[in-house]
Amino acid sequence: MPDTNRIVQRTASVEARVDAIQAALDERGLKASEAVEELSHLAQEKWIPENGARVVARAWVDPEFRKHLLANGRAAVSDLGLAMPKHHRHLVVLENTPKVQNVICCTLCSCTAFTIIGLPPDWYKDLEYRSRVVRESRTVLREMGLDLSADVEIRVWDTTADTRYMVLPERPAGTGGWSEEKLASIVTRDSLIGVARLEAH
Amino acid sequence: MDGIHDLGGRQGFGRVRFTQGATAFHAPWEVRANSLYAHAVRIGLFNMDEYRHAIERMDPRHYLTASYYERSLTSLITLCVEKGVVPAEELERRAGGAIPLATPSALGRGNSVAREQFKPGDAVRVKLDSVPGHMRMPGYIRGKAGIVVSETPAYPFPDAHAHGVASEDEPTYDVRFRSEDLWPGSAEPAHVHVGVFQSYLERA
Repeated sequence: MPDTNRIVQRTASVEARVDAIQAALDERGLKASEAVEELSHLAQEKWIPENGARVVARAWVDPEFRKHLLANGRAAVSDLGLAMPKHHRHLVVLENTPKVQNVICCTLCSCTAFTIIGLPPDWYKDLEYRSRVVRESRTVLREMGLDLSADVEIRVWDTTADTRYMVLPERPAGTGGWSEEKLASIVTRDSLIGVARLEAH
Repeated sequence: MDGIHDLGGRQGFGRVRFTQGATAFHAPWEVRANSLYAHAVRIGLFNMDEYRHAIERMDPRHYLTASYYERSLTSLITLCVEKGVVPAEELERRAGGAIPLATPSALGRGNSVAREQFKPGDAVRVKLDSVPGHMRMPGYIRGKAGIVVSETPAYPFPDAHAHGVASEDEPTYDVRFRSEDLWPGSAEPAHVHVGVFQSYLERA
């Protein structure tokens, strides 16, 4: 005899689950649909790596700004009109040199300075990157296309608190005399995470 | 809690599924799920530590097979149900199917009674604490020694903040560890920096 007391219900699709919670919050006057509109716009149009690229380009051309950025990241980016959420109380900017490569990750979840470097890409939040980058960083970077010579020290920064990090990549050779805008155009999100170095192109 | 989310240093995972210029979102529902949880935090339905902890409380089988935004969505719905904002039955009726939730929360704890002030250059050791609730100490640094690099402004103490336990804000220290100390004999040389709450640290 089948156990008729145990009815197995099919799991709702993720889309149906999102619809359900959104509608339930709306019905309680919590304005979920309005918020979705506003926050989706911010997430897709405003919290983008071009913000971090502007910060980097300014740091490359303005030594005073660079000093300020390295001493107090949050205040420095705010001078460029870039905001961070309240709970991100501290932005630490990590300076790459020919002999130091900084790489950021979040082994426990997906924390990033998302208003500055953009929402993290899929692979950053994936199980493979989170498990491996702290333990076999050189191999992981090589697999991702960044083959560092043996004399480059790797520093991995695990975002386990509400301090946020951004990598300051090195200014590539061959960019002397470039405008700040042109410099910003070559700065990629992957270089702000530290899994890529930059070239002039 | 020593949950499945605590992935740093776990072995057996393969190549990073990396593409250049990879996007954050892959479907419209993901953008909505992300916006909804952010909205819930903004209007005070729950805080970031509660949000993170509800992801950690997902059944490991569900955690590992769910996409990133399904984990986000599961946390949002679990907390709305637990806090009495919306009953689970209503959500399942609206969704036309079952909705998997995270497992129940255990108790949190307050700050350590023995908190020390450290300065850059100090040698410190991570305490051997294990707790059933939320904490932001990745398992791979438990009991390990490192060097303080810097101190941050004070933050809400996650072990308390995720559980509605009263606590003082406390600083975190960026502590530099050697990968060879973290995984002796099976790590590639590198420095691993971790933001460690003051309550988790003692002088080495």
